[in-house]
Amino acid sequence: MTMLRVLFYAMSFIALASAIFVASTKNLVRSVFMFFVTLFALAGLYVLALADFVAITQIVIYVGGILVLILFAFMLSGKENLNYISTRQNKFISINKIAGFFLSALFLVVLVNVIIKIDANNLDWVKRSVSGKTDIQPDANVTENIGVNLMTTYLLPFEVISILLMIALIGAAHLSRKEQSA
Amino acid sequence: MISLTDFMIVSAVLFCVGLYMIVTKQNAIQILIGIELMLNAAILNLVAFGRYDRFNNGGQMFALFAIVLAAATTAVALAIILNVYKRYKTIDPGRVDNLKD
Repeated sequence: MTMLRVLFYAMSFIALASAIFVASTKNLVRSVFMFFVTLFALAGLYVLALADFVAITQIVIYVGGILVLILFAFMLSGKENLNYISTRQNKFISINKIAGFFLSALFLVVLVNVIIKIDANNLDWVKRSVSGKTDIQPDANVTENIGVNLMTTYLLPFEVISILLMIALIGAAHLSRKEQSA
Repeated sequence: MISLTDFMIVSAVLFCVGLYMIVTKQNAIQILIGIELMLNAAILNLVAFGRYDRFNNGGQMFALFAIVLAAATTAVALAIILNVYKRYKTIDPGRVDNLKD
């Protein structure tokens, strides 16, 4: 029980600290690499929420796919551009940064207030699920259940999302084509 | 057991960091990273709640769909960013201020 808590705090500390580092650092390439750490820590948090399949998917798709794509675009979008932005940011600690900070801080206050007011552990259906033992136990076989559900209950969304993924891939390929025949 | 409130507070902080990035950054790729952070905060909430649904796995299933949608979004967005860079030689959204002709 207490080991679980320690792991949770460690994971969430890593995730939040690296996210804040990503948001605050001047070095853009370093911020992209730090985003790796955030995603891995989030995958760890998913495991702690007993969603191991989602955690693996997160690592495979986010870390393996999306982040490599982002790095790729980063390298393609030129060095002088990166230098330009980092020098210009040094010059004025601009007003929009302060405004953005206040906006997100106030939003955080509102969100935390709402979360504390809601008190999610005493929600009706959560309590019913705990007392009826329909919550996921640590030794449950979740992946098998997900596979069965994917082919029965969620078959339509599954097919729709496969079509959407194909459309997005074709669209991306079309957008990044050479211009002459457009 | 880790309570739902803990997960929700972690995801709230992540969401606000993503919001800060979207509002203040002057680089389209960093704005995209901010969007990814916000999406991940939402997915964390879905997963945390999905724990109380053993038979339908609604939360985890929706988290999977959200991850796949994020992948599709990112592919298209990066293609657009590369095109913008080709045309304007910059990816600062504040300086992309022309239409095609």
